[in-house]
Amino acid sequence: MYPREFRYTKEHEWVKVEGGEAVVGITDFAQKQLGDIIFVELPEVGRTLGAHDSIGTIESVKSVSDIFAPVAGEVVAVNGELGQAADLVNKDPHGKGWIVRLRLADKAGVEALMTVSDYEKYLEGLEA
Amino acid sequence: MKRTRLYDSHKKWNARMIEFFGWEMPVEYKGIIDEHMAVRTKAGLFDVSHMGEVVVRGKDALAFVQHLTPNDAARLAPGQVQYTALTTPEGTFVDDMLVYCVGPEDYFLVVNASNADKDYAWIVAHAKGFAVTTENRSSAYSQLALQGPEAVAVLQELTALDLAHIQSFHFAFGKVAGVDALVSRTGYTGEDGFEIYMVDPNPGVVWDAILAKGGDHGVMPIGLGARDTLRLEAKLMLYGNDISDKTTVLEADLKWICKFQKGDFLGKAVLERQLVEGVRRKIAGFEITDRGIARPHYPVLVGGTKLSEVSSGTFAPFLKKSIGLAYLPIEHTVIGTEIGIGIRDKVVKAKVVPTPFYKREKK
Repeated sequence: MYPREFRYTKEHEWVKVEGGEAVVGITDFAQKQLGDIIFVELPEVGRTLGAHDSIGTIESVKSVSDIFAPVAGEVVAVNGELGQAADLVNKDPHGKGWIVRLRLADKAGVEALMTVSDYEKYLEGLEA
Repeated sequence: MKRTRLYDSHKKWNARMIEFFGWEMPVEYKGIIDEHMAVRTKAGLFDVSHMGEVVVRGKDALAFVQHLTPNDAARLAPGQVQYTALTTPEGTFVDDMLVYCVGPEDYFLVVNASNADKDYAWIVAHAKGFAVTTENRSSAYSQLALQGPEAVAVLQELTALDLAHIQSFHFAFGKVAGVDALVSRTGYTGEDGFEIYMVDPNPGVVWDAILAKGGDHGVMPIGLGARDTLRLEAKLMLYGNDISDKTTVLEADLKWICKFQKGDFLGKAVLERQLVEGVRRKIAGFEITDRGIARPHYPVLVGGTKLSEVSSGTFAPFLKKSIGLAYLPIEHTVIGTEIGIGIRDKVVKAKVVPTPFYKREKK
């Protein structure tokens, strides 16, 4: 279910490192909690984010949630497809439903995040 | 938390459960959009057993109901239902409700789950001088709602009642899947359909039978999430959001439930005066013309000034628009009036539109 190579946050975001960049999205658990997603508000390309800064918001039918930057970095790309098809986040949260791509400020931030086994244990704790 | 007798059924259908005014209720099964569309195009089954039921009986039962409510219960023949309200002396809402005329001295009131105890206390407190007995039967009753264009066909397979002869806002007693029930052609979705009240300890039999028979018709279980989006598209009021003890019946644009000719009722004087003088504010429907979804309590602005708050707002899955309701000064309730909705740090454009947002085509 959860890709082995990703890192995860307690706010249910995932980070996939590719060289000096990181792709960020929300996890399958998060999309299930949100339900049907209608809009994703994305940040501007070029913006510099500190860890825990708000990246944007996700509006589902029943709620609105902030998305936070799991790590510090500069926004180098956003998933423009979400403008027309926000439900990609529901359908493929760990793939086509990615949200932003960051140029990492440093790699230490990523190392501090949960591994897949940590995240799965964390979820078991929430569901218990 | 309280659970309905259908709790195990919800678990079996993989419902996501939430707390709703002290009840553990299903919010969604397959997803709000799929469920919403199923009710608009096929049919959906709801567990609404959390709703409250109050029985009023006795020689003065009609006079008492007339005293408590603005609509004219004298117009009801046995077997008929009416939408009405419990009003305060200020013409505001204790609750909105359905009144069922079971017999000339026998009325059955269906009230909101969140208000059931408050309503019953209100009813008891106002019964002095009336020859009536009252009983809060909320915990005895389970209620299922089967709503959508296929509802009549599905339910007909499970009952000997001739459903073609139960018209809108009428009801009859009979068996559904072998279980004694009151079957009422009413609902909270804007679709044709039925509400089924039962005191049987095992209403799961009916739930299972409807979903088994309904499978071929596309019937699926529906949670409170889609119940809210469906009722808002049809501009059906939600107590606590759109109506409350701070809003009058006329401000809520429910003049049609005020029958001033019927005699006295709680709040009549205030409402009559308001009718003559005109209301200063009224509930209005709006549609967001920018991008965004209005939610309850978001500010409503005109020319940069906050005028009120959104009372209900959602993304409407059938209309595929963002819609909402808000109380506005009467001069801003004209269709086409441009307003702004404050969504976090932005003001998005919206306009006042005719309601209901959705109206089904009658066959």
